[in-house]
Amino acid sequence: MAEETAIGDPMPTAPERLGLDPASEGSLTAEVVTADPIVETVPPEVSALRAFWSAFTENRGALLGLAVVVFIALLALFAPWVAPHSPIEQFRDHVQQPPVWAGGTWEFAFGTDAVGRDVLSRLIYGARISLGIGLSVMLVSVAVGIVLGLASAFMRGVVEVVVMRIMDLVVAIPSLVLAILVVAVLGPSLINTIIAVTVVYLPRYVRLVRASALAELSKEYVVAAQVAGVGRLRLMFVTVLPNCLAPLIVQAALGISDAILEAAALGFLGLGAQPPTPEWGAMLADSREFIRAAPWIVTLPGLAILVTVVAINLMGDGLRDALDPKLRRS
Amino acid sequence: MLKFFIRRVALTVPTFVALMFVTFVAVRLVPGDPIEARTGERGIAPERLAQLRHQLGLDQPVWKQFLDYANGLIHGDFGVSIVTKTPVLHEFATLFPATLELSICALIFAVVLGIPAGVIAAVKRGGIIDHAVMTVALAGYSMPIFWWGLLLIMFMSEYLGLTPVSGRMDLINYYFEPVTGFMLIDSLLSDQEGAFGAAVAHLILPSIVLGTIPLAVIARMTRSSMLEVLGEDYVRTARAKGLSPLRVVGLHALRNALIPVVTVIGLQTGTLLAGAVLTETIFAWPGVGKWLIESISRRDYPALQGGIMLISGIVILVNLIVDMLYVAINPRIRHG
Repeated sequence: MAEETAIGDPMPTAPERLGLDPASEGSLTAEVVTADPIVETVPPEVSALRAFWSAFTENRGALLGLAVVVFIALLALFAPWVAPHSPIEQFRDHVQQPPVWAGGTWEFAFGTDAVGRDVLSRLIYGARISLGIGLSVMLVSVAVGIVLGLASAFMRGVVEVVVMRIMDLVVAIPSLVLAILVVAVLGPSLINTIIAVTVVYLPRYVRLVRASALAELSKEYVVAAQVAGVGRLRLMFVTVLPNCLAPLIVQAALGISDAILEAAALGFLGLGAQPPTPEWGAMLADSREFIRAAPWIVTLPGLAILVTVVAINLMGDGLRDALDPKLRRS
Repeated sequence: MLKFFIRRVALTVPTFVALMFVTFVAVRLVPGDPIEARTGERGIAPERLAQLRHQLGLDQPVWKQFLDYANGLIHGDFGVSIVTKTPVLHEFATLFPATLELSICALIFAVVLGIPAGVIAAVKRGGIIDHAVMTVALAGYSMPIFWWGLLLIMFMSEYLGLTPVSGRMDLINYYFEPVTGFMLIDSLLSDQEGAFGAAVAHLILPSIVLGTIPLAVIARMTRSSMLEVLGEDYVRTARAKGLSPLRVVGLHALRNALIPVVTVIGLQTGTLLAGAVLTETIFAWPGVGKWLIESISRRDYPALQGGIMLISGIVILVNLIVDMLYVAINPRIRHG
């Protein structure tokens, strides 16, 4: 759609090249534009949304990713109704019961763990925790990233230098090592996992917002708004920010999956959610000694992480291709 | 170009100072008193407490403590481990070869598989191989490597019995003094039959696990960089001249396509060292990653502080070198 409307663009420049006088140029331009039926009949907003959706749905992988993400999100949302058991109840008569395809019963479809907790229920509740961490990290880091990024783009000077140097430092420390440092200081817990992972991923958003804001600031509409007397805050958040959103949305989507992986790694190291919280990474850590005796306790939580992260990444790649053609991987 | 190098080096100085500051502050924010951590909870005589505080410099003003800390770091004093009572730098230096050996093997694994996979995917764009490579790369990129490690142990070691489960060496059958700290080299130097094979066997699974994410990143980067180059005029010219496809792709295109790939490989240092923490934990690999995690559970904060300082310092330095190499090998930036 967007490409079709662009066809109108080269036409007005034609008279210049043909050496026509400027007076006739205006009328010719108007004629060409009105003669193009597409430009007239499709209002621009609808076409942008539709263009996005048609580009997104064109990508089968992205659709599949979206479907899986929606499914997992629904499971997480309705966990108390979907899960067959409580995630922390210990069925002492059913310790390490194999899943149904390995000779178990339907009562515990995915088997039970070393203390008799239902693995399926723990996985379903675990989706709440992992998606919750992913979303909170994303929301907080996008919000803080927008504020710090816009602030350094608009104020320049000391603010920019200080903010960007701090971001450089955060990037220099390996992600997991920094997260470990933060958790070591704050103590291991779910909230502190979120804080640690947010600190680790903040620089991406700050840098992205700053870079796109700087690119926008040199454009004429910003100058026009300034001349029209638009206040600084309005200029930052209403005039410029909406034009920086496309890459930010893409980064935010991909950031959810990175946050989930990082949080699961912390959980695995015992520095994330504490027992008996059914966090996927922590479940894996608990299962390590049962590699031989109960392989399903090892296999399933990791599979849950992998499927969730792959689905979000597929969706994020689709978002990028649809929203931001410049970033498209050829 | 010299101006750029000097500027780039100068820019890392504030980063180092900030890093010192962060580690300094972080360890002071950790709950628990450093004296109590050393003396236990039985209590201590006030004179002895004052003496210890003086010994550790804790009676100095904070800014003085920071300057002392920074001064120590500059002179190679990274503190003394509370648990082993040995200098942190010494412990780090003993363990780092294990991490380095693992990281190098992981990187070799990633490069040797990733670059050809990316090239083939680009050349056969849209075909089955391309889809397969991209799918595997997506899975690799999204992989929780700690789980991947457990799966490989479960299948390769427990089920098939092909590789050892953990550690760097079969210590029951072989023993030799570390010379270089690199098990592959030391086992060769030891002249013990089968020692080298044992060292290789121990390295296989950890290298695969640690190399998985870099492999995915390198394959994706090679593919997209290659696709870009294959569309260039000079490649079309080479084709038009009648050069064989192998020559066009291998000689003309690949050479230019590899420039961004080399940068990406260099920037994997951080990923590798972060991944080493997980990989070493899974495989009981005696490197700095496992040591760092253990120093947290032992509340050995000087070790944690020094370890983070050293690991981050290495990453900063490697990134600096990669940046400068990139400029040195890429004439388009050099003259730009």
